Amino acid sequence: MQVNRRQLLGAGVGASALLALPACSSSGDSGSGGDKKVEVFSWWSGPGEGEGLAALIEDFKKNNPGVEFVNAAVAGGSGTQARQVLTSRLLANQPPDSYQLHAGQEAASDIKDAKLEAIDYLYDANGWRDKFPKGLTEKLTINGKIYAVPVNIHRSNLLFFNPKKLTEWGITAPGKTWSELLAQGNTLKGKGVKLLSVATTWAQMHLMENVLLGELGADKYNGLWNGQTDWNGSDVVGALDVFKQLLALSAVSTDDWQPAIDKVIAGTAAFNVMGDWAAGYLQGAKALKYKTDYDVVASPGSAGVYNFLADSFTLPKGAPHKAYAEAWLKECASKEGQDLFNPKKGSVPARLDSDKSKYTDYLAWALGEWQNTSTVVVGSLVHGVVANNAWKAEIEKAYGVFFQDKDSKKFAGAIAAAYAANK
Amino acid sequence: MRRSTRRGVRRWLPGLILVSPSLLALGVFVYYFIGWNGYYSLTNWKGLAPPDKMVGLDNYKQLLSNDETFRNDVRNLVVFTVVFMVGSLLLGLFMALLMDKGVRGEGVLRAIFLFPMAISFIATGIIWRWLLNSDSGAGTTGINKLFDVVGLGFLHSDWHKSDSSFAIASLALPAGWALSGYVMALFLAGLRGIPEELREAARVDGASELRVYWHVVRPLLLPVLMSAVVILAHISLKTFDLIYAIDPGGPRTETPALYMWLTSFRGGFFARGASIATMLFGAIALVVIPYIWYSMRQERR
Repeated sequence: MQVNRRQLLGAGVGASALLALPACSSSGDSGSGGDKKVEVFSWWSGPGEGEGLAALIEDFKKNNPGVEFVNAAVAGGSGTQARQVLTSRLLANQPPDSYQLHAGQEAASDIKDAKLEAIDYLYDANGWRDKFPKGLTEKLTINGKIYAVPVNIHRSNLLFFNPKKLTEWGITAPGKTWSELLAQGNTLKGKGVKLLSVATTWAQMHLMENVLLGELGADKYNGLWNGQTDWNGSDVVGALDVFKQLLALSAVSTDDWQPAIDKVIAGTAAFNVMGDWAAGYLQGAKALKYKTDYDVVASPGSAGVYNFLADSFTLPKGAPHKAYAEAWLKECASKEGQDLFNPKKGSVPARLDSDKSKYTDYLAWALGEWQNTSTVVVGSLVHGVVANNAWKAEIEKAYGVFFQDKDSKKFAGAIAAAYAANK
Repeated sequence: MRRSTRRGVRRWLPGLILVSPSLLALGVFVYYFIGWNGYYSLTNWKGLAPPDKMVGLDNYKQLLSNDETFRNDVRNLVVFTVVFMVGSLLLGLFMALLMDKGVRGEGVLRAIFLFPMAISFIATGIIWRWLLNSDSGAGTTGINKLFDVVGLGFLHSDWHKSDSSFAIASLALPAGWALSGYVMALFLAGLRGIPEELREAARVDGASELRVYWHVVRPLLLPVLMSAVVILAHISLKTFDLIYAIDPGGPRTETPALYMWLTSFRGGFFARGASIATMLFGAIALVVIPYIWYSMRQERR
C-alpha cells in the first residue's frame, strides 16, 4: 500500500512536470523573468547573414538589458523553409514577436488576412519617414499603411566572377548584354568551362528575372508585374528563350547558393548571377579580396538599374511581448543597428544617414549606386517584392514544367493565366 | 438471461477499457484529421484566412484534368515506386538466399544490412545528395568520383539531374539502399520458417536444388512477399523527406507528396494541398486494404 502511494505520488510529480515543461518554453509567463523576452523569427542562419544577425542581437541586448532574446532562425535559402514554419504558427494564431519578410508584395496575403499590425505610429513617433528613401517607404506601404521596418537593401541583378580566371581564359570583361555573354559561353565551352553556375530552383528563377530585366529593360520589366506588359508578347517569350540557352551552357545544380558560387571561385564555372549577399559571403566567410579575388558588375543589360529587395521586420497581431517587439523594430531601424548589421550581411543600409566609412569594397560601390538619383529602381520577383505569394508559387510551379519541356511560349501563357487568377 | 448479459459484459468490457485510450487517440489524431482534411479538400481555402465556400470536387477536377505539374508528379511517383520496389525485392531476396545458405558471422552481416533502415530518410538524403553529385572536374564527389578512381570514368552519370524523364529512378537507389536490408530480414525469417524436412523430402524424391526452391520454397514465401510488397509500396507512396533532402522542388524529382507541401505552404493553396493528400491517402488505402482483408481471411482459416 505504502509503495503504491509512493508510486502514485511519483507518477503525479512526473505528470505535472510534463505539463509544466511546455508551459515554460512556449508562453514564458511562468518562472522568473520569463516576461522579459522577445522572440524574433528570421531565416538568417547561413554564413554572413548569421554573423550580421548576431551583431544586431548583441546591440539589442546592450540597449535592452535583461531582455531575453530568442533567435528563432530557420535555415534555408531565401526564406522558403522558414515560411512553412511561420505559416503554421500564423494559422494557429501563435505568432512570434516579430518576423522577417521581404519588403513588398510578400506581405500582401498576411495583411489581407489580418495577421499584421500597421506600424505607422512607430514611424511617426521615431521620425523614420524622413530617414528612409521615399521610394522605399512607398513600396512598404500597402493599402495606405506601413507594416514593416526595412533593415537593409539588397541588389539582385549582379554578375559575380573571378577576374584571375577570366584573364586565364582570355576574357577581358563580362558581356554587356545577354547575347554577348552567350557568345562568351560558347568560347568557354571549348575550354571545358561552364558559363554560369546556377543553384537550386529559386536561384534559377533569380537568374531568369534578371534575364527578363536585361532583355526587356526596366519599364517593360516593371510592367510584367502590374499587367501592363503582356507575358505572351514575342519579346517576353524571346527573353525566356535566351534564358533557356543560358541554362544549356551552365552547371545547374540542386545546391543552395553558397556551393554554387564556390564553383566560380574554383574556376569550374565562369559567372554566377546572385544577389549581393554573395559579396558578404565571399568577403567574410571566404576571406576573398574585392576586385582581385572576386569581382562583380551589374548583370548584362541592367547597368544603372537597381533590382532591389529588402529584408524587413514586422509586428504580428497578437505578438506576446509587444513592448519588446517594438524595441526590436527600433533596433532594426536605428542607425547603429543598421551599420552593425549591413557590412556583415553584405547589403547597404536602408537609412540615408548611415556612416559611409563603414562600407568598403563592393558595398561602397553599391551604396553609391543606391543613393545615385539617376539609378532606376525595380523590384525582385523571387525575393517577394513584385508578386504576392500565391502568384509567385504558381510561377514556380509553371517554372517546373518549363524546366522540363523548355516551352517558353507555354510558360509565359501559364504565368499570365496565374496572374489573372491570383491578382 | 440476465446472467448471460453480465457475463458478456464481463468478457468485453475490460478489453474495451484497456484499448480505449489508444482508440481515442487514434480517433482524434488519425481519423478525425483524415476527415478534416477531406472536408477542406472540398473548400476553396487559399491563403491564411479560413475558407468561405464549398466548391465540391473542383479541386480534384482541376488536378486531374489540367494540372500538368500533378500529372508529371504522378508519373514520377510511378517510376520511383516500380524501380524502388522491384530493386529492393530482388536485392533483398538475393541477400536472404545467400544468408540462408549459411555464411560465417551471419549475425554481424544481418545487422550491417539492416542498419541503413535505422537512419532517418533525411540523413540518408543528405548523404546521398553528396554521393549522387554530378559535378564535373574538381567538383566530382561520391559515386562518380569512385568511378574515376577505379578507372570507370565513362560510367559518369548525372543521376537525378539528368535530362532523362526517368531521372527520378536514381532516387530509388538511396531508398533501396535504406530498405533492401529490411526486405532481406523479412525473407530470411520466411525462409527460416520453412521446415527443413520439407526440403529434405523433396531432395529425397530426387528434386534438384533449383526445383526445391521453385516448388517448395517459393509457394511458402508468398505471404512474406505480400507483406514486403505492401510495406514497400506504402513507404514509396509517402516518401517526402528523402526526396526533399536530395532535391527540393526539382521538377524531375517532384512527387505528389512534395507538390502538396510546396503548394500549401509557399502559395497558400491549402484546399489543393488537401486534395492531393486525400488522393495519396486513397492510393495507399488501395494497396493496404486488400492486404489487410487477405491476411484477416488467412487468420480466420
